[in-house]
Amino acid sequence: MSSATANKLRVVVIGNGMVGHRLLTTLADLGAMDSLDVTVLGEETRPAYDRVALSSVFDGKNPAGLSMVEDGFFERHGIVCHLGDPVTSIDRTKRTVTSVGGLVINYDRLVLATGSAPFVPPMEGSDGPGCFVYRTLDDLDAIARAAADPAVQRGTVIGGGLLGLEAANALRNLGLETDVVEFAPRLMPVQLDDGGGRALRRHIEALGVGVHLERRTLSVESDGARPMALTFDGHDPLATDLVVFSAGIRPRDQLARDAGLEVGERGGVLTDATLLTSDPAVYAIGECAAVDGRTYGLVAPGYQMARVVASRLAAAATGTECEDVFEASDMSTKLKLLGVAVASVGDVNPPPGVDPGVRHPLIWDDPSTGVYQRLDVDDEGRVVAAVLVGDATQYGEILATFRSGEAVPAPGELLRPTATANPAEGISPSMPVCSCENVAAGAVLDAVATGCSTVGEIKTCTAAGTGCGGCLPVVEQVLRFGLEARGETVSSALCAHFDHSRAELFEIIRIRGLRSFAEVLAEHGTERSAATIAGAGCEICKPAVASILASLGGGHILEGDQASLQDTNDHFLANLQKDGTYSVVPRIPGGEITPEKLMVIGQVAIDFGLYTKITGGQRIDLFGARVEQLPLIWRRLVDAGFESGHAYGKSLRTVKSCVGETWCRYGVADSTAMAILLEERYRGLRAPHKIKLAVSGCARECAEAQSKDVGVIATERGWNLWVGGNGGMRPRHAELLAEDLDDETLVRYIDRFLMYYVRTADRLQRTASWVESLDGGLDHVKAVVIADSLGVADALEEMMEAHVATYECEWKATIDDPQRAARFVSFVNAPDEPDPTIVFVRERDQIRPARPDERPSPDPMEVMS
Amino acid sequence: MTFLLDPPATSVAVCPVDDLVDDRGVCALVSDRHVAVFRLSGTRELVAVDNVDPFSGASVLSRGLVGSTRRDGAWVTYVASPLRKQRFDLRTGVCLDDPNVALDLFEVTVDHGMVMVQEV
Ligand code: SRM
Ligand SMILES: Cc1cc2nc3c(=O)[nH]c(=O)nc-3n(C[C@H](O)[C@H](O)[C@H](O)COP(=O)(O)OP(=O)(O)OC[C@H]3O[C@@H](n4cnc5c(N)ncnc54)[C@H](O)[C@@H]3O)c2cc1C
Ligand code: SF4
Ligand code: FES
Repeated sequence: MSSATANKLRVVVIGNGMVGHRLLTTLADLGAMDSLDVTVLGEETRPAYDRVALSSVFDGKNPAGLSMVEDGFFERHGIVCHLGDPVTSIDRTKRTVTSVGGLVINYDRLVLATGSAPFVPPMEGSDGPGCFVYRTLDDLDAIARAAADPAVQRGTVIGGGLLGLEAANALRNLGLETDVVEFAPRLMPVQLDDGGGRALRRHIEALGVGVHLERRTLSVESDGARPMALTFDGHDPLATDLVVFSAGIRPRDQLARDAGLEVGERGGVLTDATLLTSDPAVYAIGECAAVDGRTYGLVAPGYQMARVVASRLAAAATGTECEDVFEASDMSTKLKLLGVAVASVGDVNPPPGVDPGVRHPLIWDDPSTGVYQRLDVDDEGRVVAAVLVGDATQYGEILATFRSGEAVPAPGELLRPTATANPAEGISPSMPVCSCENVAAGAVLDAVATGCSTVGEIKTCTAAGTGCGGCLPVVEQVLRFGLEARGETVSSALCAHFDHSRAELFEIIRIRGLRSFAEVLAEHGTERSAATIAGAGCEICKPAVASILASLGGGHILEGDQASLQDTNDHFLANLQKDGTYSVVPRIPGGEITPEKLMVIGQVAIDFGLYTKITGGQRIDLFGARVEQLPLIWRRLVDAGFESGHAYGKSLRTVKSCVGETWCRYGVADSTAMAILLEERYRGLRAPHKIKLAVSGCARECAEAQSKDVGVIATERGWNLWVGGNGGMRPRHAELLAEDLDDETLVRYIDRFLMYYVRTADRLQRTASWVESLDGGLDHVKAVVIADSLGVADALEEMMEAHVATYECEWKATIDDPQRAARFVSFVNAPDEPDPTIVFVRERDQIRPARPDERPSPDPMEVMS
Repeated sequence: MTFLLDPPATSVAVCPVDDLVDDRGVCALVSDRHVAVFRLSGTRELVAVDNVDPFSGASVLSRGLVGSTRRDGAWVTYVASPLRKQRFDLRTGVCLDDPNVALDLFEVTVDHGMVMVQEV
């Protein structure tokens, strides 16, 4: 250690989990890192990740995406970090910790953030092969690998609590027949009452998960390679090939016990409200801590502990005082999985020994919809506890009332608000919005007041919604309320000429059967007098309406007044380049091309002097065409069997493919054939933005399908369908929509997905941000596409069929019609005259646009003809 | 818009007025100037401005989209460059996004159904 660091306070943190890491980021935010010398030791080999979102890796999320550590964070703040090297002992007299790897590190202050470990009830066979717990990425990895074995068909979760149900959903996502075994007489015994448990059970069973209550598991019977069955006390055995234990958690307090620190009655390192343990140099935070004897199995209280300790360490480093203490929080929760809304507020089941007080339960139990709600109020009308199953929209409202401790005049209204009640009315600043990040409505409103106007900005400013994401609908509601208070109407208006959003306009045009921009403007524009304004409309609404008319099968995109709506790219059916020339991109479906066709492209390029380049989309781009050359070039290409590649349109671009099973030794399906089929099906489809697809022949994914709007990956059993990926400025990984589909179902799902996007997305919104913007995100898309939750699947498929049936190559239609072709001139009054401002120079044996200093007026160096 | 029976001798014929599509431009060669000519929807007036986009030097403004926006309570009609989308007031030539830049205006008339642009 250099002398400069000698007098810094040495802090050692054991554990780089969610709470341990929050301590580090808070210290950095407080600007305390300069006066501290911080070392972190973690048992896991990965830096901190979002454990709350752990299950999302089974929905196709990349584990790297769960990381909570910004690139270069440790280096930037001078934090020494040893991962994969757990601490084995603490010497409190010498103030050192020792690691498995033999490190011995001195501390002035020690922070225990070791989290907790899943509890595996003692029974025979519980440690054999095929038995797992559900806590870390490594655990999930092991489960996924075991489940991939074709001999493994059935999985069982022991424990029907919050985590157990999450694990059950994961097994279901892995394609296993899944059962849940619970010792208590109901699911989620801690948070629910019997009625809630019954309703939840129906929902879980409807998902195809078997529920077995009041079963004490005695043993895991195994054949030596994997489990065969579970045996119970007084019940028949249950056959299973894989077991996940989720029977509660135990604080990891062994290090503390060995070091002689005091522990709580029911485990956990005992601390007071300042988070100090029985040794004033040692703190404990997160799930391993027992604050005044009580442990917390949720992340929000852990974050609060981290904040207290960070302020205390920062104060100690600068020799100041800090009064921050941890305030006990309640354990209200909202379950975030399985598409079943479940929430509980307060304690419906007061722990033994605690006086439940007077409680009047109000119960709404509707088996027809699967909704069960219970609200307990006391004599004064204050909310004491609540259980919500099947419909938890009132969770935020009820939680706020519960926390405020105020009496409610008509508690029934809390459960079933009358339709006229305005949800945004009177949002109280103390209403909790985001429990993961402990953000109240006030903080969101403050952020709005200082200029935030989108959910994205609120996330950045307040961190609300960055945890489990369950609060995003509430965040949006508060945001709208704040914007309205700021005097802004929360407008989804397209532009000054239309008050409607693109999706609304789409429905209006579709239902009213409108055929031209003039009609749409006259009937639905902001100024009905628009017809008398010169050039009414703008570069936003015109192409948007043109795209809608085209998606609805409005004929050739240059027909009628549509010609004046198209961006120049669409107007000339080619991409405008910086010097006023255009590029030409013929469609090459799936990237497959015959040598004969390659030669045609080569010959055309030679004859017209075009620059040629292989694109990132597996086709060939020809650059430097003057507008009057476009019809001539396309005549040649169309005659040779090429079609428009729509590189100019907000429409399907390419379907990338790999060679697949036909040639590749790993391929399991003919990815090229599927790519060609899809490209020919969706070619020419106009959409809110461009659409890209890809098909890979196996999990090696050479076609990069997971970065596409629609990605298809072959499996041994069919096709996996991924959606909502994109590259570009903000790359996003696609998410898994459905697995192991046959050809027909695959195409049907893609039809539905794409048409639903075409109908409802915003202008210039790619599928990735569209999926993100939907209430419910991917789950909503799944519900619409797979389960037809909106009852629109048939209509979507019909629209797609209509598109497929009426497709024609725009270029062929253009050059076959002399009137349409006539417009392709540089000068209307001198059609044979080339544009003299277009000047090329040669570079690497091809042309490129001349730079200003290379344009020798008056006589150009080289004018291509 | 004025209909002149005797256009000045210095006018150049562009195209039949019926060939124009409302709000979509054409480019004419007038002496050695490139002129973008538009007929606007709504009022159906003819306007003509320099076709060369001053921001890029490319001869492309006739290929831009025509639109309207409210400024100080009145509608202003403009063309947006197809390259980087700067907007130019079609009646004054002034760039709405950078008032220091303006396009030359040309006088445009109709004679016996022919669009005529006056040389400058
Ligand atoms: C030609 C090509 C580059 C190349 O030389 O390889 C290209 C060229 C252009 N890209 Fe691209 N992109 C090309 C592949 C890509 C890819 C790679 C891919 O498709 O696998 C991406 C990332 C993947 C993606 O889209 O998610 C890509 C992401 C973009 C983006 C960012 C999109 C986003 O959502 O963030 C833009 C901008 C936009 O569309 O608004 C863009 C826009 C453009 C434009 C249209 C810019 C413009 O407005 O003039 C370029 C026009 C070129 C032309 O005249 O043909 N290009 N562009 C590629 C054509 C592929 C094809 O055969 O059609
Ligand atoms: C599947 C799942 C879903 C969840 N969902 C929710 C939810 O929806 N809402 C919610 O609030 N909470 C949820 N939780 C709980 C939440 O993840 C925890 O409350 C939170 O992670 C606690 O943070 P922590 O830092 O205390 O512990 P952890 O995140 O577990 O971190 C402790 C770290 O310390 C390491 N460690 C232990 N001993 C040592 C040692 N001797 N040396 C070095 N390192 C050591 C561990 O390996 C671990 O990496 C969920 C948990 C799981 C597993
Ligand atoms: S990366 Fe940028 S410069 Fe390159 S082709 Fe794409 S849009 Fe053009
Ligand atoms: S409640 Fe989990 S992110 Fe807000």
